[in-house]
Order: sequence, then C-alpha cells, then structure tokens
Amino acid sequence: MGLRSYIVARILLTIPMIMLLLSIVFLIIRVIPGDPVLLHFEKRASEEAMAAMRRRLGLDKPLHIQYFEYLGGLLHGDLGKSMQDFSPISDQIFSAFPATLELAIFSMLIAVAIGILLGVRASKSYNSLQDHSIRAFGIAVYAIPIFFLGMIFQLIFAINLNWLPANGRFPPFLAEPDGLIVHLSKPAGGFIQVFMWSFPAGLASWAICFVALKKKRVKFWLKDFLISLVVLLAGWIVYAYLAWHFMCVGGLHISTGLFTIDSLIEGSPLKFVESLRYLFLPSLTLGLVLSGVFIRLTRSNMLETLRLDFVTAAKARGLKETAVVYGYALRNAFLPILTMMGLQFATLLGGAILTETTFSWPGLGRYLVDRINFRDYTAIQGAVVYFALVVAAVNLIVDILYAYLDPRIRF
Amino acid sequence: MTIIGSVIALSMILMTVLGPWVSPYDPTAVNVSPPPNPSPPSAGFPLGTNLLGQDMLSRVLCGGSIMLHVALLSVLFCFIIGVPIGLLASYAGGVLDKVFTLVMDSLYAFPGLVLAIAIAAMMGRGVVNMALSIAVVYVPSYFRIVRSQVLTIKELPYTEAAQASGAKGRTILLRYILPNVVPSIVVVATVNFADAILTAAGLTFVGLGVGIDVPDWGWDLTKGRELLPSGAWWVITFPGIMIVLLALGFTLIGEGLSELLSPRLEQ
Amino acid sequence: MISLPLLEIDSLTIEYRARRGNIRAVNDVSFTLEKGETLGLVGESGSGKSTLGLSIVRLIPHPGIIVNGHIKIDGTDILNLSEEEMRSIRGKKVAFVFQDPMTSLSPVKKIGAHFTELIRTHEPKISEEEALKRAKSTLNDVGILPERINDYPHQFSGGMRQRIMIALAIALNPDLIIADEPTTALDVIVQAKILDLLKSLRDTYGMALILITHDLSIVLERCDKILVMYAGHLVEYANSKELHENPMHPYTRGLLQSIPNIELAGQKLAAIPGSPPDLLNPPKGCHFWPRCPYTKEKCRVEKPLMIESNPGHFVRCFKENV
Repeated sequence: MGLRSYIVARILLTIPMIMLLLSIVFLIIRVIPGDPVLLHFEKRASEEAMAAMRRRLGLDKPLHIQYFEYLGGLLHGDLGKSMQDFSPISDQIFSAFPATLELAIFSMLIAVAIGILLGVRASKSYNSLQDHSIRAFGIAVYAIPIFFLGMIFQLIFAINLNWLPANGRFPPFLAEPDGLIVHLSKPAGGFIQVFMWSFPAGLASWAICFVALKKKRVKFWLKDFLISLVVLLAGWIVYAYLAWHFMCVGGLHISTGLFTIDSLIEGSPLKFVESLRYLFLPSLTLGLVLSGVFIRLTRSNMLETLRLDFVTAAKARGLKETAVVYGYALRNAFLPILTMMGLQFATLLGGAILTETTFSWPGLGRYLVDRINFRDYTAIQGAVVYFALVVAAVNLIVDILYAYLDPRIRF
Repeated sequence: MTIIGSVIALSMILMTVLGPWVSPYDPTAVNVSPPPNPSPPSAGFPLGTNLLGQDMLSRVLCGGSIMLHVALLSVLFCFIIGVPIGLLASYAGGVLDKVFTLVMDSLYAFPGLVLAIAIAAMMGRGVVNMALSIAVVYVPSYFRIVRSQVLTIKELPYTEAAQASGAKGRTILLRYILPNVVPSIVVVATVNFADAILTAAGLTFVGLGVGIDVPDWGWDLTKGRELLPSGAWWVITFPGIMIVLLALGFTLIGEGLSELLSPRLEQ
Repeated sequence: MISLPLLEIDSLTIEYRARRGNIRAVNDVSFTLEKGETLGLVGESGSGKSTLGLSIVRLIPHPGIIVNGHIKIDGTDILNLSEEEMRSIRGKKVAFVFQDPMTSLSPVKKIGAHFTELIRTHEPKISEEEALKRAKSTLNDVGILPERINDYPHQFSGGMRQRIMIALAIALNPDLIIADEPTTALDVIVQAKILDLLKSLRDTYGMALILITHDLSIVLERCDKILVMYAGHLVEYANSKELHENPMHPYTRGLLQSIPNIELAGQKLAAIPGSPPDLLNPPKGCHFWPRCPYTKEKCRVEKPLMIESNPGHFVRCFKENV
C-alpha cells in the first residue's frame, strides 16, 4: 500500500472510532446515571430550580435530541455549559489545556531521556548487575502511585530542602508569560498599500518553490513553471490578507500557552527560569513513573540491534564506542520508541490528572477533579470528551508519522 | 522473579487479613495518642499518628483490605465479561468480531484513568462501583489477548481436525482453545491486579473512593497531603510504601510468569 | 637487518566459554605475513578461520577469549594495547571486510556518511568537504559511480555493496586487509569480479591481504601463501604453488581432489567422507583421524606437532604419513 492510500485509510478509520468514543462518553454521563441534574443537586433543591437548570442546559429534551445536539455542538467546538455558572465549558477547557500540554511534553521528554540513557546502558552490559538493577528499576518505578511520588518529592525538595516550589505553575509576584504582542496599525494607503508591500512575501514563497522543484527535477518544464507562479500568487495574497487582518484588529498576539516558550518569546529569562522551576517537580514525577516502559523498550531493541552485522562492521572500522552505539544501533532502534511515545500519550494524560492535583497545577486534570467535587456533570462530560479527542488525534498523528518514517512503507 | 513477587504479595495479603487481630489499636479509634497530633514515630506509636490521633501502625496493617477487595472484584469482572466475549467474538468471526474489536479498540485507546474517573464519578462511591469502573478500563486488554490467542489456535491443524470430526463449536472452544488461552490470561490478570490497585488509589485520591470509616492506604495518602507543609512525613510515607509493595508484588509475579511462558533469549 | 614481518601470530589459542562447555576455536596457530603478501586462509565452517581473522582486529564475539599466544602487528603485540589504541588501528592500519554485504551497512545512513565518518574519526583535521572528495575517489577505484555517494545502501545490489565495503576498507590506505568470505554471499560471476577487484587494488596500493574462505580453488591462484585449518588447528602452511603441487596433509589432498574439474566431467565428484567434529568433544589425538584415509593407531592417541617437511612447507601430521 502506498503512503497516501495508507494515510487516507487511517483517517477514514478514525471517524467511526471517534463516533464510538463520543457515544460511549454520552452513554456514561447522560444515560447511565439517569438524571445528571438530580445528581448535581443531590435532592437538596426545589423542583423548579432543577427544571430551570434542565431547560438552560438543554437537558429536558428527549435523549436522542440531546445526542444530536451534543454531536452537533462538538462540530463547532461547543462543549456545553457548566452546571455551576452556565459559562461555556470550551472556554474553561481551552484555557486550562495548555498547562496540561506543557506538563505532558516535558514529562514525555524526561521519560524518553531517562528511558534511552538507562536502556542503552543496560543493553551494553547485558546480564550484569547494572543490567539487572536497571531492569528492576524500570519495573519498580511503574508501581509507585504518581501522587505518592509527587508528595515525596514535595516533602524532600520543597518542604525540607526548599530548593523548588511545591505547588502551582508560576510565582505569584510575576506576571504570567504572555508571549509577544506586536502592535500593528493600518497604514495610510489602506489595503492597497499593504497589498503592494506584500509582494516580497510572494517572491519568497516562489523562491522556495523554485528551489524545491529544482532539487526534485533537473530540468524545468512548463508545468513546474505554472506551479511556481501559482505559489507566488498564493503566498502574496495570503500574506497580504493576514497582514491586513491583524492590522485591522490592532495587533498580533503570538503566544502558545506554554509558559516556557512564551517567556522566551517575550524575551524574559527570569520568567523562563521561573516557569522551569515550577515545571520541574511535576514533570519529573510523571516522567519518572513513565520511564519504566521506555527503559525496557530501549533495552530490548538495543539488544537486538547491537547484534546486527553493521554494528560489528562499524566497530571494525575503528569508530568510537559512542558513535557506534548512538549513531548506528540507536538510530536503527529508534522507530519503535517513537511509536511507544504516541501509545503512552494516553497513559500520560491519565497520570497528568493525578500530578496536577498533587502539585496544584492549573491544567485540565485539575479542572476535571474540581468539577467532580462540584458535581458539575456537564463540565465533566466536556472534559472527558476533550481528553478522548486529544488522544485520538495524537494516535492518528503517530500512526501517520510512523508510516512516513518506516522505510518499508515509504519506499 | 516470580518467587520474590509472590512472597511480597502473599505477605501483604497475609498482613491485611491478620491485621485486625495483630494491630495494637483500633485503626478507626480517634485520639488514641494524646494531642498534639499528628505526632512523629515514637516508642508507643512506631509509625506515628495522623491528624485525628489514629495510630498509623494499625492503619497500615489494616489498610489494604479495600484495595484488595476492589482489585479482586475488578479482575473477576474483567474475567467474567472479557474472556467469554473474547472467545465468542473471535471464534465466531465475521461482523460480530469486527464490531466488538472496534468497540474494544476504542475503549483501549481511551486514557484509562480518565475513563475510570468518568464512570466512578457517575456511579457514585462504593467498592463495587470502583471495581466496575476499573474493570471497564481493562476488559479490552483481556479481549485482545484472548482474541489473538484464539485466532492463532483456530488456524492450527488440530483444531481443524476437531472440526472435521464433527465436534461442536462449544466443545472446541472449551476443550481445545480455552486451556491454551489460560496461561496468557493469568499473566494479564496479575498485571491487571497491580494496575487495579494503583487505579483504586488514584480514584481515592481524586475523591471517588469509599467512605471514611474503613482504614485505607489510599485514604491516608489523600488526607495526609494536607499535613505535608508541616513536615509530617510519616502520615503518607508508610501507607504509600505499602501500596508500592503490593503493586510491585503482583507486577513481579506477572513479569516472572510471562518470562516463564515465553522463550528466553539464549546467547 | 631483517625487517619485521607485518603480522606475526604466535601460538594463538582462542576459546569460547559457554555454559555447556569450552570450545577451542583456534588451537595453537602460528604464522607470519610480510608486507604486501597475500595469504589464503582455508577451512570448513567451524574450522576457526573467521575467529582467527577477527582476532587480528580484536573483535572476537562474546564469549570468546584469547587464552594464549601473541598477535604482533609491526612488532607490537596488540593484545597488550588499550581499547583506545586498538581502535586507532582498526580501519586505518588493519581493515576488515565482512561476509554479508547486505547487512554490513547501516540502512539509515547514506553511503557518503559511512565514509566521512570513517575518515574523520581517524583523521579529525580533515574537513567534511575533503573527506567527501576522498570518498568519491575511493568509490571510483572500486567501480561505483561517485555521484551515488548520497544514496542509501538498499539502493545498491549485493555485489555493489560489497564493493562499497571494500572501498571503506581501502579508504585509509591500510597495511592489511582481512576479507572474511567476501564472495560467499554473492553469485559466481560477481564473485570473480570482486576477487579481481581485490587483486587490482592490491597491485595499486600494495597492501597485504588475508583472504578467508572455504573454497580452496579461489586462493590457489590468487595468494602467495596458503594456510589450511581444520577443527581449530593449522594443518598445513606453504606457498600456494608448493601446496598445489605437493599437498602433504590428507585433508589438503582431499580438498584439492574435491575441487570440481570440468575436464573430469562424467566422473564421480570426490568428497571427504564424514563431517567436522563437535568441538565440545573433539576426538582424541589428531582431530582429523576419523576422516583420514591414512590414519594409524598413533593418530588416535597422540596429537601431531607441526613439522617442516620441505623448507617453508609446514604440516601437522606424523612423519610416517607424510
């Protein structure tokens, strides 16, 4: 199967899966318990109050209508309204998610780094004491409840040693990183002027296209020329449109929601360091627990790869040990690690819930737990749906990435 | 490895079972030690006391029962639900198989803890509910293992021979396939048990556990969190270590068993 | 003054130590190699020839150990060298060409990268550009188009990959190349081409060559000296002409007789009866006696020593037989 057909097939397969997931969530939260409003109030409110809430949240309609409204709402990003204050859940989720994303990324990085370092070590000294202890570590570390490890770290590093903060995401005395705000205003000449001045952008995109095509084909045919012309026009128009749009709006706000990156964009090393300080313990906790899987995977892959001929051949050429292990063996063993990263993302998100609660990290996990305490069932549904969609998206991306990188499918 | 695991696991179970008889104080009795509480480990209270003045040693000795119950129940549920569905769907094949596989794959892709939290949140507190929510998360694993085994065995010659001699589907399933599937199921069950313990602790931590009166390691961890800033380390450390040991014990059993069952890497 | 031989192997013994027991893969082997000489190392699989070859670059796989003996390159016993010193010899002074070209190159690395890495590891002062230039000229020497330097290994055929391996071996102009069954994995026509290539490279660069093979016919014409190994022992060692005309050891004779000769078409193909011994439990005395047509009582009990039956012609057999 070619790469393109594989990608198409994979995307098509995801659609029924997502439908199924959404339906399962609907089943769990709307159907099984019966009446979420009743559960919310726990019989401590009047009938009128409950009916009023039902009306406002659209929960008084027949189930199948609710189901379609639910799916329809999802299509344009509406996750419903909170039971607590009827504010849109999507807003709350979108503002909380970047924190979880940042935690997830750093934790994954730590997990993979520890996994590769220890896994390679273990594979090089097969069956030695070092090998066995690393394997034992890998197994043991997964058996530690994440919140327990987090609390131990808090005890040691924050409370006893006072090196790192115990809770939160950012020091209260600093303004949170907000990225870069570029103020733009419309020039005197209006849109025409902007359009003229955007020509270089079109030229730049044409140049890139030209170089790319030149690399692929030695000669330049008419078809290529037309394509590059189209690219030029497209680049020009798109740039002009975007520039005009931002000028009308008054400015451009570049931010990712990730404090580490935003503080760099802002150009504030202090904020960068502070955000790392707060990020360290939570991501270390989550990353450490997850590293066990990567340790074992790297180890077994390396054991196989180190036996292969090209590794011995590389050694026979007098290459350095590190060059052979990392440049030859690990490079070839890396692909499964990448796949595992994607597979573990779901576990990572689950673990993030516990980590965020322990460290009072203002992410989606803590949001979910808060909503549970408030018995805000519509919000719980929204959060769970969001989790499911994120995991499905990540799985899809990883599958496609793998297909792209695997020489068997690509060549 | 299996041996070490079994030793650890069995000793934990033993401790929990014998706990109520062996513990010096009633784990639920409040203020057995005079205030101020919590107090650090001392002669009278080797593991210290918590905020309510309860003896930590007693609580640690008796605290495993809820977790063990939940884990056991969830494994049982998984078994009762997952194995028959796996056997039937994969043996029957066709649409049934495809539908179930799709459902199970979707569930499997879901972040486990999120799903468990969602179900537990909707169903309310209690041991059974906790067990059910954990079970739903793990059924896909059982299904997958059973299915892959069944598919392999279905193709083997002796299965075909049995079919050719007119044996009924049911007989083939029970007599030929099931015995071969059992070892892998046992391995999954042990790992499942360990994971169930950790998930149960997680659910408790998030507020979806059981009532307050029964001593529970997860509960101690949750409550002990409030005491951390004052440096009262003993309130969380000992229950936490117990959870780790219990989970580790079963994980080791699972690892050891799977190594025994699969061919070893000979040099 | 007598110049030092390039390679001097002295009473080398190598064992593989496994749980089931010890296997003596190389048993008391001694020979020398002068600069620019070609040596053919012949033996069946399990004779120890590959282990011997790998020992010269100290890459014997685990669990092999050198139990006894010396390996001297230009007078220095490499068994005393540190790993770092050994590393600088590998690829630069002594190069090794492996048997299977299909698996000897890293599939995710471009051909050029293999070369530049090699060159820059041993000569760090050379720029990437210069290294690439040298790589291209080396590829040219082995008959590969230099433009293909940015291609990946899977884009080449087996024969071409073996040429690339040879190119990698000569890239740093080594004094010695050890080729372990360089043509076994290739078909007959390509075989001849590769062997011719090795010969022409030798003529151009003048390096010494050890050709390890199970096929005696290959080395008869192409090598100055021939070593015959059996069950870890060196059984015969002579100039190739002398060996061809005057084979002494029964095993060598058997090998020579079993070479297919088209002029004898129609006659039954001669083969040495029996099979190589299990090295965990080798036969007592001379390891070859179960298959030897001349075997006597003495052979089953005593191990023969190496004797020089003619000047420069050594054989491990009892004088009575020879």
